[in-house]
Amino acid sequence: MRNDAWGEGNLRPRLMTISGLLAQCLNSLQYGLLLFLISSGLTLIFGVLGVINLAHGSLYMIGAYATFVVVRATGSLWIALPVAMLGGILLGGLLERYLFRHFYKREHLDQVLLTFALILLFEESRSLLVGNDFYSVPIPTALDFSIPIVEGFSYAAYRFVVIGVCLVLAAALFVWIERTKMGAIIRAAAEKPEMVDALGIDPRRVHMTVFAVGTALALTAGALNAPLSSVYPNMGDGLLIISFVVVVIGGLGSISGAFWSALLIGTIDTMGKAYAPKLSGLAIYLLMAIVLLWRPTGLFGQRT
Amino acid sequence: MSIQLNRLNRRALIKVGAAAAAASAVPTGWAIAQSSKQLKVGLMLPYSGTFAQLGENITAGVELLLAEKGGKLGGREVQFIKLDDESKPELGPQNAERLVKRDNVDVLIGTVHSGVQMGIHKVVKESGTLTLVPNAGNAAVTRELCAKNVFRTSFTNWQPAYAMGLALAKKGVKKASWLTWDYAAGTESGEGFKQGLEAGGAQFVSLLTLKFPETNFQPLLAQIQGLGVDAIGAFFSGGGAVQFVKDYAAAGIKVPLCGSGFLTEGTLKGQGAAAEGIETALHYGDGLNTPKNNAFRAAFKAKTNRDADVFAVQGYDAAQLLAIGLEAVKGNLEDEKALHAAMETTKIDSPRGSITMSPQHNVVQDIYLRKVTNGENKVVSTIAAQLADPGTGCKM
Repeated sequence: MRNDAWGEGNLRPRLMTISGLLAQCLNSLQYGLLLFLISSGLTLIFGVLGVINLAHGSLYMIGAYATFVVVRATGSLWIALPVAMLGGILLGGLLERYLFRHFYKREHLDQVLLTFALILLFEESRSLLVGNDFYSVPIPTALDFSIPIVEGFSYAAYRFVVIGVCLVLAAALFVWIERTKMGAIIRAAAEKPEMVDALGIDPRRVHMTVFAVGTALALTAGALNAPLSSVYPNMGDGLLIISFVVVVIGGLGSISGAFWSALLIGTIDTMGKAYAPKLSGLAIYLLMAIVLLWRPTGLFGQRT
Repeated sequence: MSIQLNRLNRRALIKVGAAAAAASAVPTGWAIAQSSKQLKVGLMLPYSGTFAQLGENITAGVELLLAEKGGKLGGREVQFIKLDDESKPELGPQNAERLVKRDNVDVLIGTVHSGVQMGIHKVVKESGTLTLVPNAGNAAVTRELCAKNVFRTSFTNWQPAYAMGLALAKKGVKKASWLTWDYAAGTESGEGFKQGLEAGGAQFVSLLTLKFPETNFQPLLAQIQGLGVDAIGAFFSGGGAVQFVKDYAAAGIKVPLCGSGFLTEGTLKGQGAAAEGIETALHYGDGLNTPKNNAFRAAFKAKTNRDADVFAVQGYDAAQLLAIGLEAVKGNLEDEKALHAAMETTKIDSPRGSITMSPQHNVVQDIYLRKVTNGENKVVSTIAAQLADPGTGCKM
């Protein structure tokens, strides 16, 4: 039904202007940082626990809906953000303690079934509790203004706040992993689990901490992005897939790998959507294939 | 205990089976004799989920017309059978089959979601059940897949977008682009916008799309300045439209935004000041001061305690068209020729203005230019009088 001229117009790269490019760089940064929040949790959980958590996108969705519900009730995003963060730690701790703990020793297929079941459970609960509507979350009034960036394009102040919060969280995560004792144990657990056992460290505490932090990161990402994306059913699905790509390109279990890879994917995806929309979907996967051929363990993964 | 239960169940099963067999064995002559009795009207609409409010308003519109007619259409009492289609395309064919085959409805009114409509269409094209479409605007239903027993009283995605393009060109806009989700309604409206612009002598520059229902509009918004266009047209609806209009305003883009009416329909409360001044095109709007519309709005308000909207009008008109058909054949649906002829040739006094049916059974109607003023879609003027969808590829 769609006539050919349409498809062609979409394939042809669009006109680039310097000011447009500048604005797109900012979009890339903001999107990349959001991807980092989601994929850092994914990569931590996979690196340390060896579990592929397909429900990670649903956790993001839960963060966004929780924010919507809290903002509707209290009118304040500043209450919703800590609620999502702490709620994420609690939810992650419970999930690890009562579900995931029993699955570490089992096959990947069992783990996939478990996390897939969680997706269905989370989405169905969301449907029962909040319904299937598309809701918008208002930006706090104090931040509801825009800052001109280039001729004819301004940037909402709240987007700068999101960029700032993401950078702070990324720095905190980096310090925690690289500079603290717990971080050292986590890195050891990801790279040489036998050593952690040999040193007599209780792995259960490590596992629960990692899962709780990973979950909290996903919920926080959802909460931060809720005013920018609105909330709607299955909103985490697309982001889950792209986060897996980030994790694979960055190297499984590597936080700094996830950071640089998230920025790279954020840039490629944004530029693709802006200048060559029909190719943008393909570009990311093409990049992943090339990276996998060149460095099978990812850009920052351990070489074997 | 369990044995007894089993026996009971078996006995019940035999009874039900026997009754079913007897019912299906009844000769059709008996069914015709029934035609003077109740008319079964299936309402297959969303009563839950995102589009629940649309389903409710369409239903209220249908019920309002029936009440005006004293509860009878073509001399027959009407029995409604409501089915919640949940706007789930995968359940479309199965739900339509249920109404047509199990409940044996004489008429089907439905639905809102285009994907579900395709399921209904497949079923009723085969069964020949008289069907009225009160919303879904996918072109195919009255173009290449058109059917003699299917009538649409709402719109095609093409219609308002075409009028918007035409209005821009007439206002002196030289170049414009269309921004939408990459799905049927989005691209069909884009096609209409392009043709409208070109009909008025303006140039269509590009179609910008993003995946449905993604809401990261930033990459598209950041390049609008570089397109060198005088206007941007858009098709989004519901929550996506709220987010888009807010993001467009926050991005401080100087190029004026316009669109298909759904961009600002039922979303103005969420969009607030960001929507003020946006022009859209639709077959209905606020401040249409005609006696028919005023009466309709008052009656709707009295019945539901809500304000009528475009969906209520579309439901009301579906029922008006049905009433006209049934009155022409005195309730005898078997007389298909006379029934269809009456529906095809009638002129309906709708709250939106006068409407007729195209040869492809899609509504022919005035499309209005509206401007968001103080939180209302105020009608400014009529852009295209009695605009018909091209209906390309329809063979009836």
